[in-house]
Amino acid sequence: MKRHTLSVLVENRAGVLSRVTGLFSRRGFNIESLAVGPSEMEGTSRITLVVCGDDREVEQVIKQLNKLIDVIKVSDLTEFERVERELALIKVAAEPGEPRAGVMQIATIFRAQVIDVGPKTVTLQVAGDPEKIDALEGLLRPSGIKELYRTGRIAVLRGQKTVRSEK
Amino acid sequence: MTTTGASVLIEGLLRQGTKTIFGYPGGVVLPIYDVLYDSPLEHILVRHEQAAAHAADGYARASGKVGVCLATSGPGACNLVTGIATAYMDSIPLVALTGQVPTGLLGNDAFQESDIHGITMPVTKHNYLVKRAADLPQVIAEAFYIAATGRPGPVLIDLPKDVSTGELPDDVVFPEAVSLRGYQPTIRGHPRQIEKAVDLMVQAGRPLIYAGGGVILSGADAELTALAERLGAPVTTTLMGLGGIRGDHPLNLGMLGMHGTAYANYAVTECDLLIAVGARFDDRVTGRIETFAPHAQVVHIDIDPAEIGKNKPVDVPIVGDVKHVLGQILQRLPGGPKTERWLERVNGWRATHPLVVPENGLLHPQGVVRALSEMLRGEGVVVSEVGQNQMWAAQHFCFKKPRSWITSGGLGTMGYGLPAAMGACYARPGEQVFLIAGDGSLQMNIQEFGTIAHNRIPVRVVVLNNGFLGMVRQWQELFFERRYSYTELPAVDFVGIAKAYGIDGVLVDDPAEVRPALEAARDQDGPFVVDVRIEREENVFPMVPAGAAINEMIGERR
Ligand SMILES: Cc1ncc(C[n+]2csc(CCOP(=O)(O)OP(=O)(O)O)c2C)c(N)n1
Repeated sequence: MKRHTLSVLVENRAGVLSRVTGLFSRRGFNIESLAVGPSEMEGTSRITLVVCGDDREVEQVIKQLNKLIDVIKVSDLTEFERVERELALIKVAAEPGEPRAGVMQIATIFRAQVIDVGPKTVTLQVAGDPEKIDALEGLLRPSGIKELYRTGRIAVLRGQKTVRSEK
Repeated sequence: MTTTGASVLIEGLLRQGTKTIFGYPGGVVLPIYDVLYDSPLEHILVRHEQAAAHAADGYARASGKVGVCLATSGPGACNLVTGIATAYMDSIPLVALTGQVPTGLLGNDAFQESDIHGITMPVTKHNYLVKRAADLPQVIAEAFYIAATGRPGPVLIDLPKDVSTGELPDDVVFPEAVSLRGYQPTIRGHPRQIEKAVDLMVQAGRPLIYAGGGVILSGADAELTALAERLGAPVTTTLMGLGGIRGDHPLNLGMLGMHGTAYANYAVTECDLLIAVGARFDDRVTGRIETFAPHAQVVHIDIDPAEIGKNKPVDVPIVGDVKHVLGQILQRLPGGPKTERWLERVNGWRATHPLVVPENGLLHPQGVVRALSEMLRGEGVVVSEVGQNQMWAAQHFCFKKPRSWITSGGLGTMGYGLPAAMGACYARPGEQVFLIAGDGSLQMNIQEFGTIAHNRIPVRVVVLNNGFLGMVRQWQELFFERRYSYTELPAVDFVGIAKAYGIDGVLVDDPAEVRPALEAARDQDGPFVVDVRIEREENVFPMVPAGAAINEMIGERR
């Protein structure tokens, strides 16, 4: 079992997301992360998926994805040098005084921004590679995470290469 | 001047060359039926929407063209689903049209609303929910293009009522050609892969061709036979590939797999080169996959890249249209078979392990199929239901042409045969269409006797009536200590039922009456039913038990 990061360029049409995710659920795959948004090409969206599976299984799903009429291109970024990013919004319990100071200190180390402050909470925004967000989450947990939102990861190849040029 | 979405729809179908559609009306498709009322498009009113889908499928298989069916929203659309899934599993080009509640009510649980677009996503090649009448010309063109090209398959178009009634200028432009950036099937095989395949073929001492439904779909029967002859390679076909090479061709070993011939299965086990052509290594073919063709290098030709390497590792994958790729191979392949010893060995098995037709004066189904085969001599179309009847037909009928055999393979849908045979009659007017049925399967869509009688559709039904869900009973006999749990069917008088619908028929319970009854069926100018009371506990042999290697057959001595 290996974690795969897939980038799927699709026609921006109704139902395309359920076509794509349906292929994974039909094969019993759990999608760990999913992010969707417009791409650089007009009328298309890019879906970034992270799934765990053995290479043969993942290869089969990629082939099945390619068969979808609304899928323009599927790229498995797993073996390529790439940058992965994710955004998280975390609302943490932070009573004024000692607790709040502790949270702020952790935020500073992780270069998380404070985007909202309440009487008993602080909301942090952090962007970075997903492992960094995991680490921050771990450190904040003892303080009491009230709510956690993660966007799911997106990934881009390093250097000149683009997923469209990469075969 | 303006026209309506419904008119544009029917105009679009006619432009695609559709002559006959199979359907059933209801509330939201009334605007479409109103156009059909005085349209040149022929519409056949079935008695259940499932039959509309199967009939369109049978039409497609018999003709090679796209079949079309039509149903109303909700229950009508849902009734199509089994038929759509059947076509999907066997890669049959179909366009299914469904009515839908008006766009303004979508998602409201309106009367007879069902999300047929969502329901059929996993069983269609593609599907559409049309939101604007103006999209219809493009959607129709795309649907036919997608259904018929590449690896064919069913496409569903869901048509909300306000799309059908929507106004359009009456000079709508229908697209001449379709191009989709996410859909570009590969037709030509990669030259380097062709080269590699030819190299293996030249070196092989014990080559075997394993041909599937792709050969029929791409019309590659001549190329397949030419390759076999050039290589001196025997050919075994899947259930779907029957007719891809003449049944009486000396290199043809018949079907392989669970109920394949012993000699085909032995040949698979001993070959050193397996050339898979338009086949997909289905579990009913391979048995235990680890022991399938254990000594062989594998060349796999298929238009669908997802089939290659899916179940079995492949040495030389070739993605492309089977007819095209075989043509490329034939261009490069030098002649000269050097396989005499291999053919001798295979023919040895053929002689020592033939298919058995019991001859003890009792009424055996194998003999009925052989009698039909001798009578038709490979002409016309044979359709089957599912179960033992299907396997006896596949084993004992000598198919001589592609598209002369129509059966539900991948999904194994009981109830498929009768409506599919109706479709075949419309696709091949003037030709004999015989259905070989089981008494269980026939009762799954027996209401279509109504459609058949109504339109005098010349379907000849031969019921191999054993008073059992025979194939299931066989498994119970062999693997569940003869505990026949809910598989016995009380006797049904099929001739009586047929007569009540206005169809003639005859009951046969004596072997001597078989041939005359078949001839009577042939000589009718309309439908006919032959109810043959066969030996009740006859089994289909050989049989590879589920999960066994394909050379480990019951009903054979090694
Ligand atoms: C719709 C459907 N339901 C159940 C089955 C499972 N099944 C496979 S063969 C069979 C028995 C078929 O009986 P019959 O049509 O009488 O044919 P026979 O095997 O006796 O020739 C059954 C129940 C099926 N294939 N399709």
